[in-house]
Amino acid sequence: MTDKTFNADSVPVLALGYRFQWEPAQDCYVLLYPEGMVKLNPAAGEILKRVSEKKQTVDELIADLKAAFNGADLDDDVYQFLEEAHDNDWIRAE
Amino acid sequence: MTTTGSEQNKAPGSTGGAVGVNANESIRQPLWLLAELTYACPLQCPYCSNPMDYAKIKSELSTEEWIDVFKQARAMGATQLGLSGGEPLTRPDILELIQEARNLGFYTNLITSGIGLDASKAQAFKDAGLDHIQVSFQASSADLNNLIAGTDAFQHKIDMARAVKAAGYPMVLCFVTHRQNIDQLDEILDLAINLDADYVELATTQYYGWAMHNQDQLMPLKEQLERAEATAHRYQEEQKGNMKIYYVVPDYFEERPKACMNGWGNVFLTVTPDGTALPCHAARELPGMELPNVRDMSIREIWEGSNDFNRFRGFDWMKEPCRSCDEKEKDFGGCRCQAYMLTGDPAMADPVCTKSPDRHLVDEAIQRGRDEANKTAQEAKPLVFRNPKNSKEISGL
Ligand code: SF4
Ligand code: SF4
Repeated sequence: MTDKTFNADSVPVLALGYRFQWEPAQDCYVLLYPEGMVKLNPAAGEILKRVSEKKQTVDELIADLKAAFNGADLDDDVYQFLEEAHDNDWIRAE
Repeated sequence: MTTTGSEQNKAPGSTGGAVGVNANESIRQPLWLLAELTYACPLQCPYCSNPMDYAKIKSELSTEEWIDVFKQARAMGATQLGLSGGEPLTRPDILELIQEARNLGFYTNLITSGIGLDASKAQAFKDAGLDHIQVSFQASSADLNNLIAGTDAFQHKIDMARAVKAAGYPMVLCFVTHRQNIDQLDEILDLAINLDADYVELATTQYYGWAMHNQDQLMPLKEQLERAEATAHRYQEEQKGNMKIYYVVPDYFEERPKACMNGWGNVFLTVTPDGTALPCHAARELPGMELPNVRDMSIREIWEGSNDFNRFRGFDWMKEPCRSCDEKEKDFGGCRCQAYMLTGDPAMADPVCTKSPDRHLVDEAIQRGRDEANKTAQEAKPLVFRNPKNSKEISGL
């Protein structure tokens, strides 16, 4: 699939039935869904944390992350992750 | 409603690049707690995997005891909680249990037949933080459904499936398939589309408990499965992006066993209505089990120290051909309960495996199903329904 789901103005939200939380026993963020769990690496955790906490556009999300991580250049990484997360049915675009 | 083994196929695991799974720990944490809250159930499914002598079990864990079990499992790292049974909705404290579980951070799954559910309850559960309801169906045609469930429950279930969706849950339908309904897969899937389901799980009957007793009448024919698989794939294509359909070939018709419970004592912990802790919900039937109880020991002691949970952990317990097999890390030698039921020895390879010297037992069971299917209605054995009367009779009470 070459079609991209997200652009600067789309609003990523968690898919129905998915829950995001910090898991002390795993020492990482996880995504819980019917009958399963995905452990997230720190970068994925930071992105999905923002997706789950507040409805915002991808642009705003990236700005938010940049503010938190010293202006790092992470646009491509964010887009890539969002597409990947979408392919896995974790999130959808609003 | 008992789960039918579907969880074995969808265990917590890796998906995509965002995952770091910690593989090589010797004893891992329980990730899944299946709380069989009660054996009470208004239905009488002949494929029920509850033990046949469930009528013997008298004293159910109290609300406080269940909450304590939840707390302990959660503290050990469990994230998924299945509230099952029997029919969990027969517990008067179900709302409180949901609330507590959610407050503890569990992803809470209610596994129900839909009996006892109504729209306002579905909403109340939602408000209490329930994440997911799975409604199980016996078939798509009212007649067959009522036959299989032994009661008149079908229209109500359809209403319930709709109420679940209306309350904002993903609609997850589970159909337990067997010889007497698998030819209706088209209708089953049309019904699911009609209901606007998000996930459909076509579970195959697992032969434990009542289902084992009724195996000859439930065992599908190979040609039925071939048709069913083609149908499932057709619908999967058509429904891409709409409805997810899970279809698994029954293990008897495969050449390798399922990776039962993702390994014994590895991720799953079942607690039965009376507090017995089991590595899998069918393990009570194995010989030599000590059946530790959460009333006497902590979950950690049971999980890490009990003989039951250590019995088939790892690979040291294995016999040939599993012991020297290069696939053992994939399937862990299959299902211990199935090995026991078919061979009499729970440490044998699961006879589903074509490397097992006992594979003929599986083929014979398949053949017995075919023989039974060829009988006239008068000759055929009746299905034995799961109800207290039959349970008492069978367990000699
Ligand atoms: S009788 Fe049917 S609904 Fe009741 S517990 Fe057994 S399988 Fe579930
Ligand atoms: S021999 Fe045992 S370990 Fe090997 S594939 Fe068969 S069941 Fe699995």
